[in-house]
Amino acid sequence: MTRAPSDTAPDAAPDAAPDTAPDTDSRLRALLAPTIATRGDLREVVLIPLLAVFLALVIGALIMMATSVAPATILKSFVAMADGSLGSMNAISETLTASIPLVMAGLGIGLAFRAGLFNIGAEGQMVVGGLATAIAAFSFTGLPMILHLPLALLIGMSVGAVYAAIAGVLRATTGAHEVISTIMLNLISFRLLDYLLRQPYIQKEGRADPISRAVLETAELPRLLTFLDPNLRLHLGLFIMLAAVAIVWWLLFRSKLGFAFRISGENPGAARYAGIRAGLTVVLAMAIAGALAGLAGATQVSGVLGRATPGFTAGIGFDAIAVALLGRSHPVGILLAGLLFGALEAGGRQMQVDAGVSIDMISIIQALIIIFVAAPLLIKRLFPPLFRNRVTAGGGHE
Amino acid sequence: MNIEIRGISKRFGPVQANQDIDLDIRAGEVLGLLGENGAGKSTLMNVLSGLYRPDSGDIIIDGTAVSFDGPGDSIAAGIGMVHQHFMLVPVFSVVENVILGVEPTGAADYLDLDAARAQVQQINDSYGMEVPSDALIEDLPVGIQQRVEILKVLFRSADVLILDEPTAVLTPQEVEAFFGIVRALRDAGKAIVFITHKLHEILEIADRVSVLRQGRIVGNGVPSEFSEADLAEMMVGRPVSFSVGREAATPGQPVLELADVSLLDAGLEARLQSISMTVRAGEIVGVAGVQGNGQTELVEAITGLASVNAGRVTFNGIDITATSVRQRHRMGIAHIPEDRLKSGMVAGFTVAENMVLNRYYDERVARGVVIDWSRAEEQAAAACLKFDVRTPSVFLGAGSLSGGNQQKMVVARELERDVRLVVASQPTRGVDVGSIEFIHQQLMACRDAGNAVLIISSELDEILDLSDRIYVMFEGRVTAEFDNQDSCADRNAIGLAMAGVNRTEAA
Amino acid sequence: MNSQTTAAAPRAIDWRASITGGALILLALVIAFLLDSPWDSVSTFKISRPRDVWVVGHLTLPSQWFTTIAAVVLAFLGTRLFLKGGGRWTTLSLAVALVILAMAFLVWATAGKSISLTGMLQATVVRAVPIALAALGGILCERVGVINIAIEGMLLAGAFAGALFGSLMGGWAGIICAMLIGGVFGLLLAVLVITYRVDQIIAGVVINLFVLGLTSYVSSQVFAEFRWLNKATPFRAFKIPVLGDIPLVGPVLFNQNLFVYGALILVTLSTYYLFHTRFGLRARAVGEHPRAADTLGIDVIKTRYAHVIAAGMVAGFGGAWFTLGSVGRFDENMTFGRGFIGLAAMIFGRWHPLGALAAALIFGFADSLQQKLSILNTPIPSEFLSMAPYIATIVVVAGLVGQARPPAAIGKPYVKD
Repeated sequence: MTRAPSDTAPDAAPDAAPDTAPDTDSRLRALLAPTIATRGDLREVVLIPLLAVFLALVIGALIMMATSVAPATILKSFVAMADGSLGSMNAISETLTASIPLVMAGLGIGLAFRAGLFNIGAEGQMVVGGLATAIAAFSFTGLPMILHLPLALLIGMSVGAVYAAIAGVLRATTGAHEVISTIMLNLISFRLLDYLLRQPYIQKEGRADPISRAVLETAELPRLLTFLDPNLRLHLGLFIMLAAVAIVWWLLFRSKLGFAFRISGENPGAARYAGIRAGLTVVLAMAIAGALAGLAGATQVSGVLGRATPGFTAGIGFDAIAVALLGRSHPVGILLAGLLFGALEAGGRQMQVDAGVSIDMISIIQALIIIFVAAPLLIKRLFPPLFRNRVTAGGGHE
Repeated sequence: MNIEIRGISKRFGPVQANQDIDLDIRAGEVLGLLGENGAGKSTLMNVLSGLYRPDSGDIIIDGTAVSFDGPGDSIAAGIGMVHQHFMLVPVFSVVENVILGVEPTGAADYLDLDAARAQVQQINDSYGMEVPSDALIEDLPVGIQQRVEILKVLFRSADVLILDEPTAVLTPQEVEAFFGIVRALRDAGKAIVFITHKLHEILEIADRVSVLRQGRIVGNGVPSEFSEADLAEMMVGRPVSFSVGREAATPGQPVLELADVSLLDAGLEARLQSISMTVRAGEIVGVAGVQGNGQTELVEAITGLASVNAGRVTFNGIDITATSVRQRHRMGIAHIPEDRLKSGMVAGFTVAENMVLNRYYDERVARGVVIDWSRAEEQAAAACLKFDVRTPSVFLGAGSLSGGNQQKMVVARELERDVRLVVASQPTRGVDVGSIEFIHQQLMACRDAGNAVLIISSELDEILDLSDRIYVMFEGRVTAEFDNQDSCADRNAIGLAMAGVNRTEAA
Repeated sequence: MNSQTTAAAPRAIDWRASITGGALILLALVIAFLLDSPWDSVSTFKISRPRDVWVVGHLTLPSQWFTTIAAVVLAFLGTRLFLKGGGRWTTLSLAVALVILAMAFLVWATAGKSISLTGMLQATVVRAVPIALAALGGILCERVGVINIAIEGMLLAGAFAGALFGSLMGGWAGIICAMLIGGVFGLLLAVLVITYRVDQIIAGVVINLFVLGLTSYVSSQVFAEFRWLNKATPFRAFKIPVLGDIPLVGPVLFNQNLFVYGALILVTLSTYYLFHTRFGLRARAVGEHPRAADTLGIDVIKTRYAHVIAAGMVAGFGGAWFTLGSVGRFDENMTFGRGFIGLAAMIFGRWHPLGALAAALIFGFADSLQQKLSILNTPIPSEFLSMAPYIATIVVVAGLVGQARPPAAIGKPYVKD
């Protein structure tokens, strides 16, 4: 929980009780003094993810060795990974581009997590959201960009929200666990996508394979760095992503609705006691999560792909689960985790090209990172010296 | 069988639960172990039953030192434990529960339930316990469930029985029947350890008593040598006045009225049947009854957590039957819930967040859709001081407070605002004596300020101490009403009503 | 996180029954108005096949009559649920409704044509196998209090190991290795959730992601280059003498491959184990009230480990079905949610192996129906047909959660102090 220290406390407190004992005021002040985050906490927050990434890379290397990839190639693949994610302007652009949908879908999953819901359906919500955006993006002709682009994105968001809300409604009314229903909705969305992409209005003219018509130029997210190099793909979605991070943070930690979400997630009994309507909360949280995932699909279609194709979401919705877990369901954490996973994604592509190692290696590394992050006790046991409670004499500030 | 406990110590993190404990347990004798919540009684007995391993000290059985690697060893040594919270599998039958862990089997690991049934029946008969052996545990009343626990211990041919707070869930009459079984066991040569925090039980059943305070033994002896006041002082460490010193109430207008309220659960079974009761301004009304007889549902019907299926709930003359939890909260109904960890607070939230748990949306802390946290924090700090919630900071996680401070935090949240009716459910469950006294004082102060107070408690003593008037509930009905203006209510009559014997006394 | 805790306030209205009932009424309308065929058309189901020892005649049904009656029955069941609430009969009505629905589609699609009923049922049993085994894996875990979302990943791992080791060392070795690998992932799940107390659902999801990544990586990194590593000889069906010659029942139950027999044996064994043996009783006690079990000297941790690993092995065997039981080749993500459907079958079957088997047969029927319908050239797009098992899963889960009680300790790590 981050919260600004309330340094204005003494002034703001109305002197309602002038006759209280003299030390009441100082005791009040003591109660309100911001607590010092203990060093142990900080160590856990920073060190565990770092060690998790390190361990995941090590085990990834071991798996490569097991599949008879030569040591030199393994080295080369790690170099390629670094190069492809951070080594050049293009690499950075690719990293950021890849992280945009990861962060937004991850925010949705993280928000649902805070409300006690496990939304595994981000992939399906991206599919329907992205497809809806694609349709909106080629259907409305003659609109100016200032209207067309927001409209197309908004439609994607809404469709994602509605699709996720199905699982929310089922949970709220029947108690059907959202994990199973969102997984099924994922599988259904893939079939639906395959079907719709072959329909006459949606399918690109003169094509036999399932592929949609192209997004009109007025609904494309403009690229940001074309003044440097016309091939840089980073698009306006970057700012949408940053805005989403800020809005979700505000929603969770400042708004009444977000507090209701968090109470429901931490203790459903207390939520009921506080008069929070459980059903409504579940549906709303799922809908907002779906809107964020839908937006992720939408920006992917209008910013990167330009059309919808079978499997255009490429498992981003599943990787976003990992992003949300790694970011501990905190918006800022999700942003950082999304950037890391974006870098892995971009680096992985380079790795496939340079070293000939399959990009599926990235999925393995991502899953391993989550295993280690989810089991902090395991990491502590593997690296006992780093977590021993010692008196830190200077240094070691992150 | 005799057991000597010598110098047992056990520590959990910073808490020294047991320190240097010596105790003698002898065959054919009931040893009373007295101590308040958190004194270390349960820890000690869990050490003896092999669940915990002591940090130091010895357990000597009939002259030989033993060490237990798990409950299995302790059971094998002839020690049987009846836990305060029954250790029974609700969906298993009595026989299945009794044989679990020592099952008679045939070829291919086949479970021989017939042999087991015969054996269980035999023990059943020899102590006159009358437990139906094929009934499912969840269908049995708690009094019978407790006998199943004893059956379990006897089935393992235990010579030492440890009974942890065995009377907490029983009516006074059930307690009498239970004491009968305890005496029968003692006379059959079993050694019995009877753990309790109720003084009169020690005086009634124990042959010897040991008092435990803050993890240490602070007194040993024969109960007849002590008075209740002596035992209480030993247990708490200072002189305690158990009666609150209640002044006569001056009841005013009815604040809460229930008229023929009925409530069904999801399975359409009646949980409340035609409940009618009145709580007036300036009085404390107690609801007595064995847990699970509709008290939870009664509170939900009053606070709006459950909608009633029939009848009317009136507050200050206004029909509130159909209003929401929040509307009732705003009207001035405070609710101290029965289980703070399940519904009264969020352990992972800070004290400040918990202080606005059910009013974060009102104009005192929220502006529009935003919560003004700095205001909430100031209010929380003020409430902490006023209600003696001992925390270094309002930013501390509420889960790290002691049980007593958590409960005081809940009480503070509910009472620091302007209320007209306080619904306090099990207000002092699992808290230390100091906090009990404080909470009782606050509830009395609430009454004296002219508010209506409804206390629901399964601790009959608490009800008798605080209430001006008492309702007794049994199976979803009010079975009796008693006047307790000058603490004159008949304990025995209340007990009968708790057991469903229908005899309404004129108030 | 745990849906099983009843957070809902006691209410007289049973939403779940109303919604399920409403859905059934809707389906009745679909059957009544969309599944049209001429009143005089006949659906023919062939039972005996050319070389059968004993020959039985065809089964013929008047198509339109059948669908009409089916619609009426469905509407009746739906109305009953809608008006009177579920009660004890919800599971049965839902099962009956699903079967009727599937049969109505089948009869309608075969109107004026003929289809082999025996072949259809044979396919049903075959397709029920991985679902039943997944459900059994789920049951073994959940009965000791561990949620096993990772069952999907264990199936996939089993499929992969079956193909790889089956190619290297032959079918039997393939099955053994599939079970071992499944057990390894069971062990991983056990370590994470029992020892390191990771949230059980998170651990399951992560294992699924890990297995998906690992198998996809190896198949694109290694199998693409060395095709002979992914070319196992699948197990063929073998007929049990005499029994296999009984009309209808013979080919369906007694002329199948190893996986069908294995699944039937495992279901029988685990039923005996869970409900009639000492260790089964102890296992169930651990899943219901671990603390009580612990106080009686039953090792909760060991019991959980053993069952989660066993569940992984069962799922690994089920996974081998995808490769060694059919084509012998592994494809990326070839289990397609069967593990999750298995979990739905487990709930449908009330955490009982026999119930789960019955539920798996219903899902298997839906699965094979989808295949047959696309052969019969119905106007329904094949994508929608292939959604059928997934929609059925949602309906089952939504209609039945809370009807049957899951083991009480599910989802909670056991902490001694």
